[in-house]
Amino acid sequence: MTTIAVRGAERRLLEGSEAIALASIAAGCRFFAGYPMTPFTEVLEHFARYLPEVGGTCINAESELEAVGMAWGALATGARAATGSTGQGLSLMQESFAEITLAELPLVIFNLARGQGDYFQATRGGGHGDYRHLVLAPVDITEAVELTQLAFHLADRWRNPVLVYGDYLTAHVEESVSVDPIDFGPVPDKDWAVDGATTGTGHAKLLSPLGLARFGAEPIGIEAHLRRIVAKQHEIERAEARAETGYLDDAETVVVAFGSPARFVRSVVRDLREAGERVGFVRPITLWPFPADAVAAAAGARTVAVFELSAGQLIDDVRLAVLGRAPVVGIGGISTDGSGFGVGRLLDVETIRDRVLAVHRGGADAALPPLPDNERTLW
Amino acid sequence: MPTLDTSTEPSGARRVGDLTPDLLLTGEHHLCPGCGEPLALRCLLDTITDLEVTTQTIGVVGIGCYTAFTTSIDVDLVQALHGRAPSVATGIKRMRPDAVVFTLQGDGDMVNEGLQEVLHTAARGEAVTCVLLNNGVFGETGGHMTATTVLGQRTKNTIDGREAEYHGYPILIGDLISRLEGASYVARGSVHNAGAVARTKKMVRRALESQRRGDGFSFVEVLTMCPTGWFIPTGEGPEYLHETLGAVHVMGELKVDGRVKTTDELHTENVARQREVEARLAAGGLDG
Repeated sequence: MTTIAVRGAERRLLEGSEAIALASIAAGCRFFAGYPMTPFTEVLEHFARYLPEVGGTCINAESELEAVGMAWGALATGARAATGSTGQGLSLMQESFAEITLAELPLVIFNLARGQGDYFQATRGGGHGDYRHLVLAPVDITEAVELTQLAFHLADRWRNPVLVYGDYLTAHVEESVSVDPIDFGPVPDKDWAVDGATTGTGHAKLLSPLGLARFGAEPIGIEAHLRRIVAKQHEIERAEARAETGYLDDAETVVVAFGSPARFVRSVVRDLREAGERVGFVRPITLWPFPADAVAAAAGARTVAVFELSAGQLIDDVRLAVLGRAPVVGIGGISTDGSGFGVGRLLDVETIRDRVLAVHRGGADAALPPLPDNERTLW
Repeated sequence: MPTLDTSTEPSGARRVGDLTPDLLLTGEHHLCPGCGEPLALRCLLDTITDLEVTTQTIGVVGIGCYTAFTTSIDVDLVQALHGRAPSVATGIKRMRPDAVVFTLQGDGDMVNEGLQEVLHTAARGEAVTCVLLNNGVFGETGGHMTATTVLGQRTKNTIDGREAEYHGYPILIGDLISRLEGASYVARGSVHNAGAVARTKKMVRRALESQRRGDGFSFVEVLTMCPTGWFIPTGEGPEYLHETLGAVHVMGELKVDGRVKTTDELHTENVARQREVEARLAAGGLDG
């Protein structure tokens, strides 16, 4: 089949990785470079398949370092461009992420992660200096289609990288979705993009993270350059925080979770509500800017529980938002399949319900049921 | 020893300093006295003008002393990270295939930090031109060993000279690149005297022409003086370059139209050419 499913409102059963590639193309992405790594690999495969059909380019880069460099070059020409990997591969790209942010280029990054232990990497960054990325965490494939397109919009709107944080389930669950282009409104012209046309005119362009100005122009200086970017990031913090909340008004226990696990938590909370338990949930959709107001609204609860598939990273931001007004307790933990790539037994509705109920009945000091163990086979 | 009469200028002669390339916004720079990098830059800028590709040229600049040029040259530029310029150039060229795309990198940038980048880009046959300013030393940090520092060369962390047993051997990057199928043109020039500058300019021209023909990857290495990083008097830079760096990183065209010459072959050819020049001088001068 050679036609691309981005046309029309046709619904198709799509794997998340394919939906992400198609949503990117619907958003105008015409360049992708990546390096295979489970569970991200299929995103690269689908870009390789679809981008040439729309006149775009997908490069199977020789390394993550080179993949992000290639995307940097494509972005500099004004193209919508992206790269991605799992958290491990993104570790290798962090230097470029930091500098691309300071060069104010609109990179979109996909992390199809091996769990949720890359929360710090995504929200704090592993790179150097004062920089931030917008981070969008889809709960399911339908939302991944929307947030992927939003990522390209926000990157252009703010001239700042945007990271889409998914996981094994985001990459490999199939859902019936339609990939239609979404109009998020206008974005600024890319009058900064280089095409060579201004070379020799006395007004050649310079895309530099260093705050340099051409001879004859008023020097910006690195300090003023960095301060301007920080000011922009404060604006982003005020404008772009997003969250989904449920049953907060009278909730005695509020569960905070993001990404695919939040889908399980949401289901658990709904079931418990139907059973008459006063529980609620907050799902950060943006991890940065963190929806602190939405989480703070949960501070009236007796207990705030954080479910995440990591040793506890999101919980730091939840504590900062709650500011001591309610006890905050982690009810998640490390849980993987035998390969370390996929999802462990903790991500199970009944298991999560038992842990929510333990906190709901016993408060923050309640003993939690033991973490379920997985098979210990490797591959 | 017979010498040329240099007491008077030949008629029509122009001094290098009298000429400012069209693409240079100012001749002023903050690099050290005796630095060879401004000369190499002039070769590149003049060639862009000569080939009439000015309004389609995009440069990608690495991190080193030459990064200072980003503010003084009138070329659409992207500042890259240390070592990563060839990948950035790849992304630019793929999205703007009609542009003439070059990188400007030092030996620390290209041969230390970014060796895989330049090799992979060459192997892919990307139609970009990478220009290496090779002075065998980290100039910007104050004179430290790089991957091209020659044996015996003193740097701040090879105080008694680079020893193979302890520090390993220098990389002849041009030779490495020339063996890759995707590389169409590979040359190594220098700026240690006027003749070398003229030859280097021709190399840059051939490289950019190769890019415009879409032949594949092209590469020009330019040996540049760094008297500060070499810890020698400024005036001794050109001679030191010729006798130390230039004796290992031998000048000449390493690959033209797919035909490869090794550094050893270039050395043999260069010695023969030098003998011929000396013989002609002994016989009464170069004009005869």
